[in-house]
Order: sequence, then structure tokens, then C-alpha cells
Amino acid sequence: MAALSTDRMTTWLLQAADDLEQAKTMLTELDTPIGDSDHGVNMARGFAAVRDKLRAAPPADVGSLLKTVAMTLISTVGGASGPLYGTFFLQASTKATGKTSLTLAEWTECFEAGLTGLMARGKAQPGEKTMVDALAPALEALKAAAAQPLEQALAAAAAAAAQGMVATIPLQARKGRASYLGERSIGHQDPGATSSHLLLRRLAEPAG
Amino acid sequence: MKKLINAPEAVVAEALDGMEAAHAGLIKVCRAPDFIMRADAPVAGKVALVSGGGSGHEPMHGGFVGRGMLDAACPGAVFTSPTPDQMFEASKAVNGGAGVLHIVKNYTGDVLNFEMAADLARADGIDVESVIIDDDVAVEDSTWTAGRRGVGTTVLAEKICGGLAERKAPLTTVAEMCRRVNAQGRSMGMALAACTVPHVGKPSFELAADEMEIGIGIHGEPGRHRVKLETADRITEMLMEPVLADLPFKSGDPVLMFVNGMGATPTVELYIIYRKAAEIARKHGLKVVRTLVGSYITSLDMAGTSITLLKMDEEMLTCWDAPVLTPSLRWGA
Repeated sequence: MAALSTDRMTTWLLQAADDLEQAKTMLTELDTPIGDSDHGVNMARGFAAVRDKLRAAPPADVGSLLKTVAMTLISTVGGASGPLYGTFFLQASTKATGKTSLTLAEWTECFEAGLTGLMARGKAQPGEKTMVDALAPALEALKAAAAQPLEQALAAAAAAAAQGMVATIPLQARKGRASYLGERSIGHQDPGATSSHLLLRRLAEPAG
Repeated sequence: MKKLINAPEAVVAEALDGMEAAHAGLIKVCRAPDFIMRADAPVAGKVALVSGGGSGHEPMHGGFVGRGMLDAACPGAVFTSPTPDQMFEASKAVNGGAGVLHIVKNYTGDVLNFEMAADLARADGIDVESVIIDDDVAVEDSTWTAGRRGVGTTVLAEKICGGLAERKAPLTTVAEMCRRVNAQGRSMGMALAACTVPHVGKPSFELAADEMEIGIGIHGEPGRHRVKLETADRITEMLMEPVLADLPFKSGDPVLMFVNGMGATPTVELYIIYRKAAEIARKHGLKVVRTLVGSYITSLDMAGTSITLLKMDEEMLTCWDAPVLTPSLRWGA
């Protein structure tokens, strides 16, 4: 049965670091009208640090991999995204302790723990124009695809995240700096939902 | 973009080098993680005050580190909250055994990172209290937003709590004072022109020559309303009205009036604002007992101003007047 090995997960995060470096300007431009123009730079900086850490000392299991990612993001990203993504990976890591690969069911469990932690840390619910709007539908898609092959489930999750990301455009922000704009936040795609989608898309579609 | 920088990514580190070189007797700069601390910290038996936030608001917070004000300040990247390891290491470094007060401006990133830092410090056996400053009346509807932003009152809270901590008041008392200052302070700001974040390279929003933005924050985010440019007197009225309406300032109340520059506004214009603001306060029967006029909480090169009114009491007056010796605020010391 197909599974997410430590190698596959490490490759995912290394490639995600490249994606975020390339998306730096795009994310910052999304963040300029409704945020503070720092999301792209912060995410690129954080994942560059993750890449350095993973290359210097490749973790032996998925749990320690996710924990390394969490601690690195918490100490390098700053802004709201650092603690939020950091909490996601930290809580996800607690469900992967000592495991050298994850089944779809195990990854779904990690994802749910991560999302629950992230939502508690950010006190956020779906529909508030945040990364939760990409991540929550992705979790639902993973659960709905429980009986399907792993790759199909990951693709479904990425597609759901893409839909959720686009669906943030008409929303009025209720969290973070975008919320200060009131109705003026409507019509802009949320940068956090966008970076969340980038991550999930790369997990579903490894490069090369 | 025209700026006095060498490279966008070097801005914060090079500014820290400069601060350390310029104010060696007052402060020490620690690196990786970065924070600025009082040269004589930890002070035994004194509650330590730790604040922090994104860079670009100078002199806040690093310029307020020193005797009678902050024990440490943690600078993030420009307009980006610092990370928990900074506040955790700073709290350890300045804790004199009487505990640490975190003064946090209400921005999602700052609040989340300080929460994680407080968890780490408590796990390390340090007594930590956190007070969130949220004094910006421009944010009208709290249930629909992340709550009011922390702006001008932050500077006043850091000074007043610093004065109280210097008298060896216990942590709960200093935290209580900080909450009182926040509860009695209100601010409102406006911009004539947006700021340019170094790594972005262009203004964070565009204003036509005859437009201004009312209700701006301090991170280049646009404000609540974009309106036609008015005279200084009319702008002052537009800032004072919501501030006065928000807190029940009564006739005869003693207040501290703080007219702040956003970074690119000359002091001469701030006094034109102050002149009208003081007149409006007088008409409301308020007694302006203390004043602060200057650029203390800025937004890079944004042009504009903010007005903060703080309702004072005897203890707050005493703490405000107490000696302070920091790079950017000093009197009586």
C-alpha cells in the first residue's frame, strides 16, 4: 500500500521551499492591499531555513521531520504565519512520532491534529479569510477520500485547498491585519490561504 | 525607492549595529536571537519590562530601553513580529527575580508570538504577565476584526510602567498599571502619504495629491476612509472627535496629550496639530497636564500624525515624571 515515506515528506518540504522562494513576490503582492506586504518574504525565509536544516541533518522519521519544520518556522518566520504554520507542523508531528512512513489514514490524523492546533492558536474558524479556508476543505477532502488510493486523496486535498483559496476572494476578513479594512478586504485573495494551497499542491505533485 | 540603506535584507541588523555603537553606555545588543537590553540588566528585585514588535516604528521599542523604561526590546523584521525565541531569551536575560511583564501591541502576529514566548518562559520557571495594548479607535467593530490595534498608548504605557517598576512595585501591580493605562488611553492616526517597505520597494498604498487616509495603522495598511485633503485644523478635529467620543472624558479630567509623527512629518507640523488639539481639549474642559510631541511610534517614511489622549491620575503622573534614561526618551536622570 502506498505510503508517505520520510524521504517523500522530506522531498515535499525541500521542493516547497523552492516554490515559496519563487512565489515570494506573488504572495507579497497579495499581502500588500490587505496585509502588511511581508507574507512572501517571511514564508520564503522560513522555508529556506527549513531547507538548510533538512539538508544538514536529514531527520530519520516523519515525526522528527515535522517537528524540525515546526521549530524552524516558529523561530524564523515571525508575523502571524510563523506561530500558525509552526503550530500546525508541531501538532501534526505528535501523531507521527517514530513513524518512518504514514498511511493515508495516518497523514489525515496528522493533518487534523495540525489544523485543530492552528485554529486554536489563531482562534480562527472557516469563512474568516485565513489559511483555514484552504486547510479545512483539504482535510474534509482527505477524509472523504479515505477509501481511495493515496495519490488520489492528496490530489483531492490540493484541489479542495485551491477552491477554498479562490473562495476567500469575496470574503470579508475577520482575522489578522486584513480585518482592519472591513469591507475593503473584499475582492482580494487571502495570502495565507494561497501559501497553504502551494504547500498542499506540492505534496500532491512532487516535481521531477 | 530612495532610502538610506545598503540592502533591504540588511536593514534591521545594520540598524542594531548602529544603535549599539551610538548608545553603548545605555544598551547592549544581543544577537541570534536579536534583542536590545539595558546595559545594567538584570536589575535585582525589579520587575523587568519586555516589549517588541516589527522594526520600522523606531524609536519604539529599542529606543526606549534603559533606566526607567524597558529592560529589553525584541525587533522583528520590518513590520513583522519578532519570533518567540527572541522574547524568551530576552525575558531570561533581564529577569531580576521579580518576574517579567510583556507589553504587547494588539496585532495577530505579535500576540501569537508573545503567547508562545510566555509559554516557554513559564516552562522555564519565569513569572510572566502579558498586557495587550489596543487603543486605536479607528478600528470600530471589534467583533468583526482582530480587535483594536496597539498604537500611541504603547509608548505611554512603557514609560509609566517603567517608572513604576523602578520603584520595585511587584509584577501584579505593574501589570495592573499597564492595563489601566491601556483602558484610559485612546489614539487615532492619519496619513498624507504611505510608507515604502524596503523589501517591497514601492509605497504600500497610493494616495492622490489631494487625498488623505484617515484611521491608518502603523504598518502601511490603508485606513478606514480615504477622503479629500483638509487643513491641519480640520484634520485635527477629525482625529480628536472619535478619540473624545470613545472614552468618557469628563470636564476637569487631567489628560496627557501625545501628538506623534508617523516618520516623514516635520516637527513644525506636529506643533500646528498640537495647537488645535489643545484648543479642542480645552473646549471640552479637559486639563492637559502633560504633553509629548514628536515622532516616537512611526511607520517608516509615512507622512502623517496620530493623536493619543490618556486620562491621568496621581500615580500615573508620578510615574510619568520619574527619571528616564534611554536612547530616545530622557529626563530627570
